[in-house]
Amino acid sequence: MITCPRPLVLALTGCSLTVGIGISVYATSVFAQEERADAALNQLVHEPPTMEDLESADIHPELKKVIRYGHDLFTNTQQLRGENVFNDMNCSSCHLGEGRVPFSAPVWTAAITLPDFRGKNQHVNNLEERIAGCFAYSMNGVPPEYGSDEMLALSAYHQWLATGAPMYPDKPIYGRGFPAPEEPAEGPSYARGETAYQENCSICHQENGAGHYENDEYVFPAPWGDGSNNWGAGIARLETMAGFIYQNMPLGQPRSLSDQQAWDIAYYITRQERPQDPRYTGDVAETAERFHGRSLYGQTREHDGHVLGDHDNFGEKGDIKPWNVGMPRFENLSEE
Amino acid sequence: MNNKYVSRVGLCVGLTLIAAGTVAQEGDAERGQAAAASCSACHQADGSGMNVPDGESWPRLAGLDADYIAKQLHDFKAGRRENATMATFANMLNDQQIADVAAYYSQLPATQGQGGDEADETLLARGQQLAERGDWNAYIVSCQSCHGPGGKGVGDTFPGIAGQHAGYIRTQLSAWKNETRSNDPQNLMGAIAKRMSDDDIQAVSAWYATQPASADQESAQ
Repeated sequence: MITCPRPLVLALTGCSLTVGIGISVYATSVFAQEERADAALNQLVHEPPTMEDLESADIHPELKKVIRYGHDLFTNTQQLRGENVFNDMNCSSCHLGEGRVPFSAPVWTAAITLPDFRGKNQHVNNLEERIAGCFAYSMNGVPPEYGSDEMLALSAYHQWLATGAPMYPDKPIYGRGFPAPEEPAEGPSYARGETAYQENCSICHQENGAGHYENDEYVFPAPWGDGSNNWGAGIARLETMAGFIYQNMPLGQPRSLSDQQAWDIAYYITRQERPQDPRYTGDVAETAERFHGRSLYGQTREHDGHVLGDHDNFGEKGDIKPWNVGMPRFENLSEE
Repeated sequence: MNNKYVSRVGLCVGLTLIAAGTVAQEGDAERGQAAAASCSACHQADGSGMNVPDGESWPRLAGLDADYIAKQLHDFKAGRRENATMATFANMLNDQQIADVAAYYSQLPATQGQGGDEADETLLARGQQLAERGDWNAYIVSCQSCHGPGGKGVGDTFPGIAGQHAGYIRTQLSAWKNETRSNDPQNLMGAIAKRMSDDDIQAVSAWYATQPASADQESAQ
């Protein structure tokens, strides 16, 4: 998941009035031009090109082929199943609308804000390394090699989506990440979340969160369980999940759930099991301490006393270790 | 993928049905054939229905999911889906006959959709785009994100739309858009249909009418 909720939260507080007015419009007409126009005053609003635009673009035909391949990998990442992907997800399972849609963590934002320091792995990451992170965590997999055809095609697609947007923008980016609604007055509840999930989500994602394959083909992604993202994924965190749900679900009806419902459902989902974090040290408490400041990993579930993440189930990938996890960078640069 | 998914999905579907209390009767296709006699005037003996360009098209039922068909018949009876003709015929069937008729049509081989052949290339290209990728600038999600790869249908909730008649798809999408049909779960179809222009509806109806309804039909083409 390419998400960086912190700056976004700041951006939203900076124009909370604008966004507040915009939200009601967004809920009905969804693609609220009014909200965008207001946002444009103090945010970077970028409209990424579509695949139709690609056909008419004045770029080398070979580049078009590579971008098309990148788009294909992005929307059908399952073609890398068993090699780079070991769960039931596509990139576009979370980055809706082919990675273009605001408030669905549009991926072009990575192309204009990286290289940059990333807290998650404590060094400067470029676009490829960022994508590799998605493979290791969100796809519960092993990334394609840096510079490989797949990696180049994916990054070309990201970068082309950013066509015309300024590099290292000096304004907050409109629609970046999965901004969560305000935390509701009542703290999130597992029981309410379960009810709301079964009422609003299970028709597609199933009661047991396994998602849905029809005739062995991907249809609806798994919100938890072996087919879902592992514990290291950004969306395994409560706030990110609440933002994703509020801004995007049910499919086609963004911002139709209440703040309370979004947080409750997110709480319920993020308190289910998923494949182990590839950074697992063998000890859940230690792993939680080192890597999980902002997820429920390592916490005890109230209703049954289960400690989340206390298992050695790495999902379908078994004991394969993603090569990028824990890889040090820039060790030769002197301490300042 | 593998059997793991099949069994998992099977289990889930089972649970869903039990939870929703919709496992009324086991349908019997043979009995269904007899009960379907009154249906065939419009839906035809082979369940192929008919595309009626300037009137009310009769949908193909052959090869549709049995539980989906049963739900529609119950909805017609209960007035959750409004259609004067179908209300009359559905009211002639009891719950067992509904299950039987649904089983019967679901087991007939799917026939080819009609009404898409005259569409020009541009319209079909737009239809294919909406079917496979949607148009997110208008927040129209792709049809296949719920109706499944190739629009062949998903479970008992999301019907197969590939190989359906263009006239029928068009009137149904328009009905959702105009809120004269709203028996979909959670307004999933209604919300999207409202964002589609009449041209979009035309395009996607034509596209799916030209597409194979089943894997068998695909290999036969």
